[in-house]
Amino acid sequence: MSIPANLKYTAEHEWIKIEGNTGIIGITEYAQGELGDVVYVDIAADLEGISKGETFGTIEAVKTVSDLYAPCSGKVIEVNPKLQDQAELINSDPYGEGWLIKVEIADSSELDDLMTDGDYAKHIGQ
Amino acid sequence: MKKTKLYTAHQKYGAKIIDFAGYQMPVQYTSMIAEHQAVRNAAGLFDVSHMGEFFVRGKQALDLVQHVTVNNAALLKPGKIQYSAMCYEDGGIVDDLLVYMISQEEFLLVVNASNIEKDFQWITSNNTFDATVTDESDEWSLIAFQGPISRGVLQSYCDSPLELEYYHFMYAKVCGIDTLVSRTGYTGELGYELYIKAGEEEVLHIWDSLYKTSSDKGGSLTGLGARDTLRLEMGYCLYGNDIDAATNPLEAGLSWITKLNKTEFIGRDALLEIKNQGLKRKLCAFTSDEKIFPRHGYSIFKGNENIGVVTSGTVSPVLNKPIGMAYIDSRYSETGTELEIEIRGKRSKIDIVKLPFILK
Repeated sequence: MSIPANLKYTAEHEWIKIEGNTGIIGITEYAQGELGDVVYVDIAADLEGISKGETFGTIEAVKTVSDLYAPCSGKVIEVNPKLQDQAELINSDPYGEGWLIKVEIADSSELDDLMTDGDYAKHIGQ
Repeated sequence: MKKTKLYTAHQKYGAKIIDFAGYQMPVQYTSMIAEHQAVRNAAGLFDVSHMGEFFVRGKQALDLVQHVTVNNAALLKPGKIQYSAMCYEDGGIVDDLLVYMISQEEFLLVVNASNIEKDFQWITSNNTFDATVTDESDEWSLIAFQGPISRGVLQSYCDSPLELEYYHFMYAKVCGIDTLVSRTGYTGELGYELYIKAGEEEVLHIWDSLYKTSSDKGGSLTGLGARDTLRLEMGYCLYGNDIDAATNPLEAGLSWITKLNKTEFIGRDALLEIKNQGLKRKLCAFTSDEKIFPRHGYSIFKGNENIGVVTSGTVSPVLNKPIGMAYIDSRYSETGTELEIEIRGKRSKIDIVKLPFILK
C-alpha cells in the first residue's frame, strides 16, 4: 500500500500535495481500492471554490458512491480534465494522473491538522 | 460466518472478501469490470457454493413441488431444469429458484443463499404430501463456469461429451470427480454450473484446473460484483433487489414462469385476482444517455409525480452507459417512455427500454 511521505491526508482518504500556495488534491490508493472500479467522477466543471471539510463532488464506483471532502479551503484553479472520460485513472494512478483538482490554498494554517503519512497509515490500520 | 470449501483459494488468489448471506464470499479478485469483460469474452469462474440445495424425494415429490412453485413442474423430464418461483398466499414472492428433475421421485431445488432457512421452513411447513425434504446445502459446492470458451475448457476435464442443451443437466466426472453438470447460469453466456459433493481438496482441484486452462485464454476468477453486473445486463431478477415478499411474479415480468392454469399452487388465487384487476406497476428496464449511476432505491418521476423506484442499477461495462430496472406505474411503463430519475436532488432523463440490455 503506497502512502507517499510528501503528501498530507484527511481522515476521509483525500491527499493533498502542497507546492507553495497551490494544492493538488486526490484520493488515496487505499480509498480507490476500497471503492473498486471508478466509473464517473462528478465534480462541477465550473467549480469555483472549496471549503475545508465540505464536499466538493462525488465518485461513482461500481459498488458504491462516495463523497469527496476538501482538505482545505481555496479557489479552484483546475479540475483534472482527463477524468471526464478516463475516471479509471483514479484506480490505476491515484497519486499521479488520477488527481482531482488543483486549488489556490486560502489559509495555510488549515493544513496543520491534516495527517502525515505515518498518521494516515495508522488511520487505515497499516 | 460460514466459509465455502473454496475459501482458501479465494485468499490465495487475492480476493476481496465480504460477508454475504452469512458467508464470507469473494466480491472481486482484481477489478469487477475486468472480470465482467472476461466472462463476456472468454470465461469466468464463480464460487456460488453459498446457494442452497434442497432435495425433495418420495412418491409425491412432484405434487409437493407443484404445490409450492409457480411453474409447471409436470412438464419436466429427468435431466431437465426449470426456472421457477415460490409465492406466499397473497402472491408475494418467497424466493426464485431452479427445479431439477432427477427422477419422478426426486427433485433438486436450488435457492438463494439468503433465503435458505426461510425457504426450507416454508416448504416443509407446506409439505402435506408423501415426500421428504432435506437441506443438503452444506454438503454441496457449486462452481459456475461461464463464457464463450467454457465448453471447450470444461470438455478437456470432463469424461462425457458436453452435448447438453440449455436448462439440461447430466452426471459426469470432472477432473475424475463425480459432478452434476448443469447447462445453466446467471450471465447470459454459454456456461455451466457444477454441483460437487466432495471434500475441499477435490473441489479445489476442479477450481484450479479450470482456472489454469481458462486463464491462458483470457479467462478470470470472478467475484459477486461482476456476477451482479452480468445478470443485470441480461435483466435477470435478483431476490432482495428486484423481487421480494412485497412484489409478485406478474408485476416482476415473471408471468412466463407463472402457470396460472396448471394445478392448484400456493398464491394462485391471489395472482389470478391481481391479473384480473390489472397490474398497477411493472418492473421495467431503463437506460440513460447521461453520466449517471442508477442505484437501488432512487426515485423515478414523470413531471412532479413520483411514479417509480429503482430496484437495480449499474453502468453496463459492455454498453458503457447506465442501465437499470425499476418498478414503474403501469401508465408509464411502455417501451420508449421518457421519465426522470432523481439522484441526490438532481433529475436526469431516462428511457424505458426492452430487455435484455445486450443481445446475446
